[in-house]
Amino acid sequence: MTDRTNVVRLRDTAADSGELSRDASRPRLEKPDAQSVKMRTVGLRAFYGDVQVLKAIDLPIVERQVTAVIGPSGCGKSTFVRSLNRMHEVVPGARIEGQVLLDERDIYARDVDPVRVRRRVGMVFQKPNPFPTLSIRDNVLAGLVLNRVRVSDPDALVEKALRQAALWDEVKDVLARSGTSLSGGQQQRLCMARALALEPEVLLMDEPCSALDPIATARVEELIHELRQSYTIVVVTHNMQQAARVANLTAFFYMGELVEYDRTDTVFTRPKERRTEDYITGRFG
Amino acid sequence: MKDRFFVRLFVDRALRGACLLSTVLALVPLASVLWFVVVRGAHGLSLTFFTGLPKPVGEPGGGMAHAIVGSLEIVGIACAMGIPAGVLAGIHLAESEDTRFGRFVRFSADVMAGVPSIAVGLFVYVLVVRRMQGFSALAGAIALAVLMLPTITRATEELLRLVPESLREAALGLGVPKWRATLRVMLRTAAPGIATGIMLAVARAMGESAPLLFTSFNNRGWASSPAEPTASLPVNIYTYAVSPYADWHEQAWAAALVLVTLVLCLNIAARWLVRGRLP
Repeated sequence: MTDRTNVVRLRDTAADSGELSRDASRPRLEKPDAQSVKMRTVGLRAFYGDVQVLKAIDLPIVERQVTAVIGPSGCGKSTFVRSLNRMHEVVPGARIEGQVLLDERDIYARDVDPVRVRRRVGMVFQKPNPFPTLSIRDNVLAGLVLNRVRVSDPDALVEKALRQAALWDEVKDVLARSGTSLSGGQQQRLCMARALALEPEVLLMDEPCSALDPIATARVEELIHELRQSYTIVVVTHNMQQAARVANLTAFFYMGELVEYDRTDTVFTRPKERRTEDYITGRFG
Repeated sequence: MKDRFFVRLFVDRALRGACLLSTVLALVPLASVLWFVVVRGAHGLSLTFFTGLPKPVGEPGGGMAHAIVGSLEIVGIACAMGIPAGVLAGIHLAESEDTRFGRFVRFSADVMAGVPSIAVGLFVYVLVVRRMQGFSALAGAIALAVLMLPTITRATEELLRLVPESLREAALGLGVPKWRATLRVMLRTAAPGIATGIMLAVARAMGESAPLLFTSFNNRGWASSPAEPTASLPVNIYTYAVSPYADWHEQAWAAALVLVTLVLCLNIAARWLVRGRLP
């Protein structure tokens, strides 16, 4: 149960360059230096009451990369992402130990307002949760309106966010309709647009496709692909194919521990840990 | 097999029939009350009924303008006190974790909802009327507010609990402070349902006579302030109905018709508020 041994440093890219070139669609991943690490956790422990669900996690979140968090149910992956924008503590009895650094500043420091953290680190949830009382347009603006942020040109912002979420063409004529009138997949992209309208620095997605059908899933995955040009993304998934499709980096969690963290292709083709290999090959989980 | 089929068919028909019959039976009192009130009340309705004050016994005509206004005034003041307190208490119950205090308040609200309204009237009589040394619209309003409070509190709590927690998370995830998420998202989403609960509580308060008998009492004319005895429709119906004069009886029926119409309007308004809003 030692903590630090679980941290897997990224390998030298030089050694793997041959491997990389085989997969041209995946952008080259530079070895993360201090600038490119957007967030990192230091000895992060999470509890629900007396139950410890995360055991000293040290994990970097690299800027403008998609990091997938995989693992079997109950391994703490949802708790992990929820602790990255202080949503963990919303659950009664939940608490955190250790540090989560965003641009090298601890978001759990005493003088940090969780509300500010959540504006910088946006979140998309497992189940699409648009506000039923608001129209599609107002759902996109909800984060700003509810935070009393003045927008000079709301219509342009709505269009931009919906385009980013690849939803604009489908809803541009029905913006006044209720957010819940859309299909599940559209609702989830609406939730992404809502998060993107706040222009967060990091976007957390907690199993964003688990309530969606394959076609909607494909659209959301495409979207994640596009968004990584401008956002740092962490996506939790129990679907390993999905991790392989969308993420450059993959972290494997098991029983509240970070077992392995590396480039996605490395994790899936040459995992260092036995448990990772067993999980990926379907021996459990 | 075939026998079984006919047995099933018979049971099905019999139960359907029983349901229909019960429904009709349940509607009979409602329909007959409405019918009686309309038939007998319509007779006494006239423009002066809505604009005039009571005339001395024996003189024909006269109206109940003061009682209609008085009822609205008492219920209005009761709303101003009862609705904010009830809604806020409901929010507290729904939002706070399961504390001893919360359980105590919830239990008290349930008990209070079962207290006979005349007992509430007595309570306000001792606490307010005696102290203010006189009957008043204010005392009547306090009694009605006390009656409304548990209904509104519990309705608010239950309806807030029905709002999916994922909506709160959505708001918090957007960096919205908790209090604002509660007000602008949770309360907003539950609003139509809460409005119905409030309307039902108000409609019930509107029709109460017992708690007003010795709080707002009655008045043969206009009350010049809420600190004076004030006429109300239910109390006037009672006073007029137990009087020995035939024209007063007629006026009591007319007042009943006006009261039933007011309450009906409130109920319809409540239904209209939730129309098509339920998820």
